[in-house]
Amino acid sequence: MSALEIRNVDKTFGIEKVLKDISLAIDSGEFLILVGPSGCGKSTLMNAIAGLEPVTAGEILIGGDDVTWRTPAERDIAMVFQSYALYPSMTVRQNISFGLEMRKMPKAQREEAVSRVAELLQITPLLDRKPSQLSGGQRQRVAMGRALAREPQIYLFDEPLSNLDAKLRVEMRTEIKKLHQRLGTTIVYVTHDQIEAMTLADRIAVMRDGEILQLGTPDEVYNDPVDMFVAGFMGSPSMNFIPVTLVKRDAEYILRVLDEQDVSGTPLELPWPAAREVPALHEHVGERLVLGLRPEHFVEDEARMETVYDGTEIEVIATVVEPTGADTLLQARLAGHEVTVRLAPKTHVVAEDRVALRADLSRAVLFDGKTQRRLA
Amino acid sequence: MANMVRRHTTSARLWRGGLYTLLIVAALVYLLPLVVMLLTSLKPLDDIRAGGLLSLPSTISFEAWSKAWSSACTGMRCNGMSGYFLNSIAIVVPAVAISSFVGALNGYVLTKWRFRGANLCFALLLFGCFVPFQVVLMPMARTLGWLGLASSTGGLVLVHVVYGIAFTTLFFRNYYVSIPDEMIAAAKLDGAGFWRIFWRILLPVSGPIITVTVIWQFTQIWNDFLFGVSFAGFDSQPVTVALNNMVNTSTGVKEYNVDMAAAMIAALPTLVVYVLAGKYFVRGLTAGSVKG
Repeated sequence: MSALEIRNVDKTFGIEKVLKDISLAIDSGEFLILVGPSGCGKSTLMNAIAGLEPVTAGEILIGGDDVTWRTPAERDIAMVFQSYALYPSMTVRQNISFGLEMRKMPKAQREEAVSRVAELLQITPLLDRKPSQLSGGQRQRVAMGRALAREPQIYLFDEPLSNLDAKLRVEMRTEIKKLHQRLGTTIVYVTHDQIEAMTLADRIAVMRDGEILQLGTPDEVYNDPVDMFVAGFMGSPSMNFIPVTLVKRDAEYILRVLDEQDVSGTPLELPWPAAREVPALHEHVGERLVLGLRPEHFVEDEARMETVYDGTEIEVIATVVEPTGADTLLQARLAGHEVTVRLAPKTHVVAEDRVALRADLSRAVLFDGKTQRRLA
Repeated sequence: MANMVRRHTTSARLWRGGLYTLLIVAALVYLLPLVVMLLTSLKPLDDIRAGGLLSLPSTISFEAWSKAWSSACTGMRCNGMSGYFLNSIAIVVPAVAISSFVGALNGYVLTKWRFRGANLCFALLLFGCFVPFQVVLMPMARTLGWLGLASSTGGLVLVHVVYGIAFTTLFFRNYYVSIPDEMIAAAKLDGAGFWRIFWRILLPVSGPIITVTVIWQFTQIWNDFLFGVSFAGFDSQPVTVALNNMVNTSTGVKEYNVDMAAAMIAALPTLVVYVLAGKYFVRGLTAGSVKG
């Protein structure tokens, strides 16, 4: 039995379809992240799960019960909001126990629950303060405490970290992950931050225009994207998309990189690894495809001995060198196309250099240029 | 304001001097009627006849105040303002309480439990703010007659509540619009219903706007003359109507000091309310723009 199951949910506002036939199921204890650009419907889907907005069609089941037409209070869920949504007139203690009081829990038990979550989140010294006397991070903890005190079947997190500064966001991210590992709670978490999605999720649902494009583990979504949108959305810096023409020579598939500036010269040719061949490629010979290579799929030719790295030799012209400390990002032109390359931090490359690189095509992905769907 | 760099040229100083003079004169002119009223109410009649509006009283006497309160004649009766003062309180207190409460409830529904046509509903309600009193006199008189509330305190309370709801709804709606919907969503998830959210979440943060509404409504209803003179019965006339009757009573000697004292008595409650809660009034009016 799934902790949460969504069956063919549609949601329309007037004539606009915000959710289109969404179906998914998550197990108890699973951490699901809904990720996508703004306006993709992820928050609407979350509100539908919470019961804050009715769905137009379809069913929502929590713990096997159809809750589609139950009010938020009847659904046994708790939610952490982006703005924290603490009650300003109440102390932290009252904020945390309000939901318990509404559910008619006896006072002694309520106090026990409050001290339990206060200890868990290290907010015991703050219990008698008002929300206005707390910092952003502390408010965030209280908001989580309010959800945790209730011990519901499902926790919903609606962009809980986006109001925090960068450093605190990373800290709280780790904390949320720790809490999940410790308590084994079922969590649905909405974010537009793909790094949050990658680091926290058991499974990620990448959404766009009211549809789930891909539902999979972080590894699947990152390394095995179903289309160019998912590939481009996940990962920072994003995947490089290089337009190529598929050519078949003897038994081998070759990707010919198109250089619009230099049509007369010999085009760069990259052999597609035999191990990655799929039957479908045959139908696309002669067509324009898109090669997807992540920045870390390149390595400097002279560094390859250290990494026991094999790959296809290519040459790029450096345009901008961006050291980040942990590694160095290189913006470069590959046969006239702008690409981002992640290099080791101690590289000596400077702008305008010609850099010999190796590209690991065995990890590359290939898309249909027209449909943007994944081919191989 | 002290924390500011000003120009120190002679012409700038002269300008500033002129500006302050103008402001001080304007303030004095504005205060003059009150000063005259207060002085006159404390003078014996002989002083008043001697002339000099601004001359100080030869002896300070509260006789006029006590007469205005308890024995001055308003029309046929000579019991002073006291009874009418109490009438006004009997009208104002329930009218302010009910109209403010209904306004808060309307504002809550219009912002947090939105329904189809909520905006239209609000626009129509707003229209009520602009309907002049005179227009509703006749229909209201008929309505009160049908309801059996003609010439009664209850009838006046009803009129003021109906008329006040447009304003109180406007105040509360605009205040509640700035309260994040997520807070209400959180309360719903916590298991609170319509009334619980209103009492436990919304009202406790409504202090500033309640103050504004109460001051506004209190002032409007206390100072009302037209509804009072039109709809009040002989026993339920508010203090404003009584003041008019007293000043217009044409028998005997014209006692200006008593008239002035009566006018002060009639005006005092709104002054007191503003002095006590005025700073919250200003704060409340701007509350929507300040983060909570």
